[in-house]
Amino acid sequence: MDDLDRAIVVATQEGLPLSLRPYDDVARSVGLEPADVINRMEKMLKSGVIRRNGVVPNHYALGYKANGMTVWDVPDDQISALGRRVGALDFVSHCYHRPRHLPDWPYNLFCMVHGRDHESVEKHTRQILMILGDAARDHRILYSTRILKKSGLRLVA
Amino acid sequence: MDELDKKMIDGFQRGVPLVERPYAAIAEKLGVSEDEVIEALKVLKENGALSRVGAVFKPNTVGHSTLAAMAVEPDRLEDVAAVVSNFDAVNHNYEREHRLNLWFVVTATDSQGVQQVIEDIEHMTGIKVLNLPMLEDYHLDLGFDLQWN
Repeated sequence: MDDLDRAIVVATQEGLPLSLRPYDDVARSVGLEPADVINRMEKMLKSGVIRRNGVVPNHYALGYKANGMTVWDVPDDQISALGRRVGALDFVSHCYHRPRHLPDWPYNLFCMVHGRDHESVEKHTRQILMILGDAARDHRILYSTRILKKSGLRLVA
Repeated sequence: MDELDKKMIDGFQRGVPLVERPYAAIAEKLGVSEDEVIEALKVLKENGALSRVGAVFKPNTVGHSTLAAMAVEPDRLEDVAAVVSNFDAVNHNYEREHRLNLWFVVTATDSQGVQQVIEDIEHMTGIKVLNLPMLEDYHLDLGFDLQWN
């Protein structure tokens, strides 16, 4: 990643213009030719910097109003293998290892589950529990009760 | 939400080719015109069904971010949430059901910028902020499998 790649990320993080030739606009804003922007993005896609390219639905607007952050206390020496299995589930939108803060916060695996209602979030949580088995020493579902702010990633270069 | 909308959301969360006319590529696969695709995407974006169209970047590719949590007394929640949301560096802020009831994401160009925002929030509110940065990412991001009903 060089400065031009970073400029492309900044220019496209809020989405592509819905115009006939959207990369022309991106190219103009970063001072490259459209073909160069596309080549660089192709490389970022191959290297994994870009995970996917396509439409990004808003779960909430599409009826997935229950958003449960499930948090798990699993042994550190098993978290990578277990995390990868849970992270592959299609109802999990984020799955991260994060630090514990004892004694306030014993959980080290965070898996965001989206559902149309609490019942479906709970069903999905049980599916995660089946995968984790005895490794899940404790877990919680933290539902969001209010969205106080939500905007796309907005970094300036 | 008509059939074209559903087909676009189901079929094009990934794999939209990086070409000069991406909407023409979608249109060709769906057997509709490029204008129809662009028009439908505009409507979906306006009514909020789509956040955006484009690349989804790996976290912390450009800049740094962290998840942060605070335990706020209920009668102070409005005020503290407003202080937190007022930072441009905070792009998500949720109230959640737990003693730690305010959860937000801080994003800045580097880790020092993130740390500074956390310290500013602690200073302004007098409440400790739990910093929970990502240590490892396990999510295989293939898009979201929506169940239409």
